[in-house]
Amino acid sequence: MAKQLMKGCEALGEAAIRAGCRHFFGYPITPQTEVPEYLSRRMPEVDGVYVQAESEVAASNMIFGAAGAGVRVFTSSSSPGVSLMAEGISYIAGAELPVVVINIVRAGPGLGGILPAQSDYFQATKGGAHGDFRILTLCPSSVQEAADLMIDAFDLADKYRCLVMVMGDGMIGQMMEPVDFKEPSNDPLPPKDWATTGCKGREPNIITSLWLQAEKLEEVNIRLNDKYKVMEKEEVRYEQYNCEEDHELLIVAYGTMARICQTAIDGLKADGINVGLFRPITIWPYPYDALFEASKGDKKILCVEMSMGQMIEDVTLSLKATKEVEFYGRCGGVVPSPTEIREQIEKLLKK
Amino acid sequence: MPKITVEKDRCKGCELCNKACPMQILSMSKEINAKGYFYSQVHDPTKCIGCRMCAITCPDVAISVGINGCQYKFFDY
Amino acid sequence: MTAMNLFQKPESLTCKNTHYCPGCTHGAIHRMVAESLDELGLREQAVGVAPVGCSVLAYFYFNCDFQQAAHGRAPAVATGIKRSRPELTVFTYQGDGDLASIGTAEIIHAANRGEKITVVFVNNAIYGMTGGQMAPTTMPGQVTTTSPYGRNVEEVGYPMRMAEMLSTLRTPAFIARTSVHDPKHSIETKKMIKKAFQYQKDNTCFSMVEVLSTCPTNWGMTPLDSVKWLEDNMLPYYPLGVYKTPEGWEPMPKEGK
Repeated sequence: MAKQLMKGCEALGEAAIRAGCRHFFGYPITPQTEVPEYLSRRMPEVDGVYVQAESEVAASNMIFGAAGAGVRVFTSSSSPGVSLMAEGISYIAGAELPVVVINIVRAGPGLGGILPAQSDYFQATKGGAHGDFRILTLCPSSVQEAADLMIDAFDLADKYRCLVMVMGDGMIGQMMEPVDFKEPSNDPLPPKDWATTGCKGREPNIITSLWLQAEKLEEVNIRLNDKYKVMEKEEVRYEQYNCEEDHELLIVAYGTMARICQTAIDGLKADGINVGLFRPITIWPYPYDALFEASKGDKKILCVEMSMGQMIEDVTLSLKATKEVEFYGRCGGVVPSPTEIREQIEKLLKK
Repeated sequence: MPKITVEKDRCKGCELCNKACPMQILSMSKEINAKGYFYSQVHDPTKCIGCRMCAITCPDVAISVGINGCQYKFFDY
Repeated sequence: MTAMNLFQKPESLTCKNTHYCPGCTHGAIHRMVAESLDELGLREQAVGVAPVGCSVLAYFYFNCDFQQAAHGRAPAVATGIKRSRPELTVFTYQGDGDLASIGTAEIIHAANRGEKITVVFVNNAIYGMTGGQMAPTTMPGQVTTTSPYGRNVEEVGYPMRMAEMLSTLRTPAFIARTSVHDPKHSIETKKMIKKAFQYQKDNTCFSMVEVLSTCPTNWGMTPLDSVKWLEDNMLPYYPLGVYKTPEGWEPMPKEGK
């Protein structure tokens, strides 16, 4: 099938529709406003539901209701909006509802700026809100990958009854690239017999995250944790670039940053310097073991992020204190160029 | 003749039914129920007119009203 | 001579004894909602949304599907359910903190979008579950744990009248205020709640019934004194009646008017 030229935000919306999702509740915020705009046009075309909520707070609770009623549903926001959704996200995790949330990250903290950043890493990987829970977070580095991961996200959410976040940055959201949409997989998914669809012929279902008895709530937390353990074993995704031959330095980067580093690596390779790239695709569950393996040997490790250094903590954890991790980052919405990265690499290699 | 049944262990002793009854046939028992409340009871069942005001008022759905025969419904409920 | 039931527990209510305080009218209002669901044949397609407040465990007392919402967000959760499954009868059951404080945005917008849900708003002029703090609906001069000198309208303003406020929205709706302080008004309350559900059954509009209720424990009175206090203090400020019906709605005025 021919590829279409699409903006990242719109590709994400279209991918959701291809995954069979017919319900969207969202709110405009730069740089993801094109998601609700696209869906306000597209959802009626497929007899779907589009509601512009009054706030992200409301949107995160609307998706709670819809997911609790057993339908595929998603929302989209950007960093300040995702902070507002923290309440809804925690409730969704506690009630074990399958939901997909898109975060098109912009620079923060606070109102921040509207340009790309990767400063929501902590928010996504270290829980994102109160309580013991994790968010399965997928980070695409191209519009095509965003569309693919979006379709997978719905299956993962239904498979584990959990919240899945697809986290891009402003670049992924705003740039236009050719994309085609894969067929959703036909793998069987667990039935949603727990949903509130009207209690005809069965006992009433209750969707809640409230358990006032400590022992019962502990059981719930243990059950959630067991699920996360399974995800840590089975849902880790990553990619390596130019690591087949010996390389003097390994870059660890994700999302748009990884792509920029790739260009820098290609330039260096043309000049005979071999640098490898380790690109996590799931930042939770993080590919700790795979990165540890990739880091072995006589090479430097450079973590590059569009933040003041958030993923570097997980990289450091991966390496189990076997070596130092260098860091290079820009933030505030500054997107480094491949030349800049190349200079950093060369500086490091000279050390 | 209409008959009220108060499920004494559901009663929380709020006394609202006593006030609601137009025939004033409900009052609180001198004994406590399983929860420790003085429960409501009918002290003069012959005067019950089956108006259901006690049952409509009771927040604990402790009162049911039945009849052997016909009943004139004073109001729709 | 045939035995006949004149009054019994509705099917939509479970047998569980409620945890509500003696004389708390939540129990009666729950029963009226359950009776309405039974009489309109809606139990098997009903989904309730429980608030945060004394009725946070409402789902233990109703025999239908239920979802537990975050504080104030019940109208948003109800929107999510109703928009994704319009054939369901979706209702929220909220207290003053839930609806008039943290949830003001959600209720206004659900009403304004015309979500075809039914909202039961239990107004007892205080925050019950957390131990009796001042609510947006607390009466002037009323002593609560966070207004120990009585509500001072100079400092914190007057109580909010949600039925009036929501009835100023253009979108058609059914909005009424009733009370449960005596049998006559309880009967009227049941009528209004059933009417509200009927509007949803007919797929007409947003419906809300604000029910003035008592909170004997936090008002510091016996249940009998509480109903008297409600009658003397709340009724004058919160007038009862039907504030808005979809039938009274007029389309936009023609040009020139």
